[in-house]
Amino acid sequence: MKPASFQYLRPVAVEDALRHLAQFAPEGKLVAGGQSLAPMMNMRLARPAQLIDLNDLTELAYVKEAGQWLRVGALTRHQRLAASPLVQRHCPLLAQAAQTIGHYAIRARGTIGGSLAHADPAAQLPLVAVTLGARLHLRRQDGARVVDAADFFLSAMTTALAADEMIEWVEFPKAQPGEAAAFRLFNRRHGDYALVAAAATVECDGGTVRRLRLGVGGAAAVPQALCALAEGATGRTADERWVAEVAQAAARQVNVDDDARVPAHYRRELTGLLVARALGRAAGLRG
Amino acid sequence: MDQQSITLTVNGRNFEFAAEPRKLLSDALREDCGLTGTHIGCEHGVCGACTVLVDGQPVRACLTFAIQMEGHEISTIESVGGHGTLSPLQQALHETHGLQCGFCTPGIVMTFEAFLRANPDPTEEEIRDALSGNLCRCTGYQNIVAAIRLAAARIREST
Repeated sequence: MKPASFQYLRPVAVEDALRHLAQFAPEGKLVAGGQSLAPMMNMRLARPAQLIDLNDLTELAYVKEAGQWLRVGALTRHQRLAASPLVQRHCPLLAQAAQTIGHYAIRARGTIGGSLAHADPAAQLPLVAVTLGARLHLRRQDGARVVDAADFFLSAMTTALAADEMIEWVEFPKAQPGEAAAFRLFNRRHGDYALVAAAATVECDGGTVRRLRLGVGGAAAVPQALCALAEGATGRTADERWVAEVAQAAARQVNVDDDARVPAHYRRELTGLLVARALGRAAGLRG
Repeated sequence: MDQQSITLTVNGRNFEFAAEPRKLLSDALREDCGLTGTHIGCEHGVCGACTVLVDGQPVRACLTFAIQMEGHEISTIESVGGHGTLSPLQQALHETHGLQCGFCTPGIVMTFEAFLRANPDPTEEEIRDALSGNLCRCTGYQNIVAAIRLAAARIREST
């Protein structure tokens, strides 16, 4: 339960971090909060030869408005996402989801950039990014690019990030007037990764659903935004029947993995249950 | 392997020692600083026994490398209370029988040192959510929750 040896660098500027990353690729590994990487290193599931510590890059820890977007620096910790009035107002789904990550001490340390780059299939922040259509701003030593969340998560713990690239910041579209959000997950022990999680935003106008965004995490290797289903569910009255029909459709349509511990039929059942709970809450029908 | 000189500031005191970058903060506190009040349980961030404060925030000492903590203020259980006196939370744990073997207790005390400063009047649900990161295998959590509530009330009264 002790990590293998590694070399350690602690840059104080983003440019230095990118230079180190380019120099040591693919052996260089960025560490931010370390709440996923350090356990993997302790268990020797990960053995990076070169660790590049981002914790001194405090200029990457921020939440700010940028027109119709909420911009979040990669080093922003989960605790801050959950407690920030700006996030609560403009991206309540993100604040709610962040509050459910791990435990109190984990949230004090873990970062949004780390969670997105780690790309655990059941993690909260990848699901929120995919559900809301976030944009990830990536940088390397000689350039920058923007990747939509839908194109970022390739498979379990595998992303579009190149070996010499880092996430600099993430943009989430601001919530619209009349929009409410809910995040629901199921796990066997409080603070564990979810078996399945559901994220939803519902925008209503006089009881009619104008816009729905719906995402499911944990069911398969990458979080899924159920865009076609959500689009087809608009224009109807947001009542319990609507909730039940959308939840049943989500359970049918979601891609699910199958293994002995969490069989496919159980993942579908959880998807239906959690989507119903999230929709019920976001539509103001339930607590 | 390549040892480096590492200086940690723990409970207001500087400790200088040689260690590899892979040395966990939890091991450094116990082995190099001689502060054995920080307990090591699972070494993968689940049990919470090794929780210490870094710049006032609760942190798993087993999920950070000592070398990362240079320049930061670390507080361990040895900084809580004083000679012959207990902190409000330690006193409340004592009175409500909030511990048996005591292995998890330093982590719980450090977690709630930070938590009660940020949330002086928490609901029981909030206490239980924060306590979920600290495993106790002896008592169950009833008396620990009672101790935290009692300590919170006393701290509120005294300030």
